[in-house]
Amino acid sequence: MEFETVIGLEIHIELNTSSKMFCGCSTEFGGEPNARACPVCLGHPGVLPVVNRGAVESAIMLALALNCKISERSIFHRKNYFYPDMPKNYQISQYDVPLSVDGWFDIDMGEYERRVGIVRVHLEEDTGKSIHVGESGRIHGAEYSLEDFNRAGIPLAEIVTRPDIRSPEESSVFLQNLRDIAVYLGISDCKMEEGSLRCDANISISVDGKEGTKVEIKNMNSFRSLRRALSFEEERQRGVLNAGREVKQETRHFDEVGGETHSLRSKEEAFDYRYFPEPDLVPLEPDKEWTNDLRAKIPELPQEKRKRYESALLLPKEISSVLVGDRALAEYFERALTEGQDPVELGKWVSGELLALLRQESIPVEECRVEPSGLANLIKLVSEKVISGKMAKDVLREAFDSGERPEEIVKEGGLFQISDENELVGVVDDVIKENPMAVSDFKSGKEQALKFLMGKVMKKTRGKASPEEATRILTERLENQA
Amino acid sequence: MAIEMEDVEHVAKLARLKFTHEEMKKLKRELDAVLEHARVIESIETEGVPPTSHAIPLVNVYREDVCEPSLERDEVIKCAPWAGEQGFMVPKII
Ligand SMILES: [Zn+2]
Repeated sequence: MEFETVIGLEIHIELNTSSKMFCGCSTEFGGEPNARACPVCLGHPGVLPVVNRGAVESAIMLALALNCKISERSIFHRKNYFYPDMPKNYQISQYDVPLSVDGWFDIDMGEYERRVGIVRVHLEEDTGKSIHVGESGRIHGAEYSLEDFNRAGIPLAEIVTRPDIRSPEESSVFLQNLRDIAVYLGISDCKMEEGSLRCDANISISVDGKEGTKVEIKNMNSFRSLRRALSFEEERQRGVLNAGREVKQETRHFDEVGGETHSLRSKEEAFDYRYFPEPDLVPLEPDKEWTNDLRAKIPELPQEKRKRYESALLLPKEISSVLVGDRALAEYFERALTEGQDPVELGKWVSGELLALLRQESIPVEECRVEPSGLANLIKLVSEKVISGKMAKDVLREAFDSGERPEEIVKEGGLFQISDENELVGVVDDVIKENPMAVSDFKSGKEQALKFLMGKVMKKTRGKASPEEATRILTERLENQA
Repeated sequence: MAIEMEDVEHVAKLARLKFTHEEMKKLKRELDAVLEHARVIESIETEGVPPTSHAIPLVNVYREDVCEPSLERDEVIKCAPWAGEQGFMVPKII
């Protein structure tokens, strides 16, 4: 028996418009429960929802970025079901004529590329939030629930993929790529932990090319839990099939703590959503001019950017991934690049030293006090051998803390590395004289001793000795002594 | 094909409504009439007629993405059958 894992994803992205999908209530995160609700998003009788143009624009841009065809005409439907977090008892969504269909997206798995088909990208509204009050704070055993409708009506883009994904790793890479695209488009902050990016999956195992039974997995709240849940489910289904049994079609929840998926007691029968066209919302017919304008607004997307960094700027993959993975960091890098320094050297500094400082202090790169041009000038001083790499690190730290320009710190501090032969020879000879033990260690073949002696040289010059020059002179003098 | 009692029960359940047997029988008759009407409509020749979702010839009605004041919270929960200080309360779900 030949097994193959088959996965399709259904992803919801909360769009970061200022106002809700069909009313003017603010979409701001947090705040007092039910402080952002109005008759429209509360579903009072007789109200008239009106489509938020900004949400349509965001969804069209996302659809275009995923190579989808924008429908010349699409409509909204009411999806009817009863749940306390749904004030209207229906969710406004799109059904048989969605905003866009038939796209694709290639993911780079290192060894190979995988093309993932996109069934559709459509618009809908979010539900409210139930806060379960009871001893456990969780849904089971709750005495009652509080309903907060601040989230009800926030625009969502739903992305449905074809079952083209073949492993949990591919699922995670796809989701990561999609997240990056949405962030680059500026349409969502895509934080899984805050629920602005949510992912459900369908997973089945085909046996000798024959389609398997699909199981739906819910409640995966991080990239890690997506991988864990799908890996667990992959193993579970293979186990069932190996034992000669059949996989049951069902919905399973991922339990973060146990790392397992559990069948949801299917007390409620299969949902019967009784979709019908939303009579209060007229069709969307985006014209060519509008979609072309939106297409023109799409910035260079992460995948293209990564390719350009690697082929045109010759950045190693590790560096380009770090830079591209954070749109703001990539922008910082590109601004620094205009100063004409070596891209690889610059890439190393931005993705290495600078990023380490930013993370250490939890400062977003947008608020970094070292200007991109300042960092470029610092690197210029290193490449011209005015200061050493070690000195540059210290200067960067100081500039980072004080906000002073790096080149000013170098100038004011009289920082320059000593590469003058005579001066270094003097220092090296002093060090040799003062450390006879280390010298004899070196002569008996202990390489460590050289490092120790170099440390002394650095100390004597207060870190200003050119490391290359000092090492050369030190080795030379030691060998001549023999 | 007439509607079955089970269908009426199913629809009632989806709508979270409870009926007596007598009411169900009445509803069954009424739903039968609705379905009968649908059957009449179904018999119309619609070849070449584009599907219609809306009765008015209007498309692309948008509002700009601008915030407007929401209701005061007291107003929001005023009509709720059960509410606390923070908002709507509902019986435990599962
Ligand atoms: Zn509202």
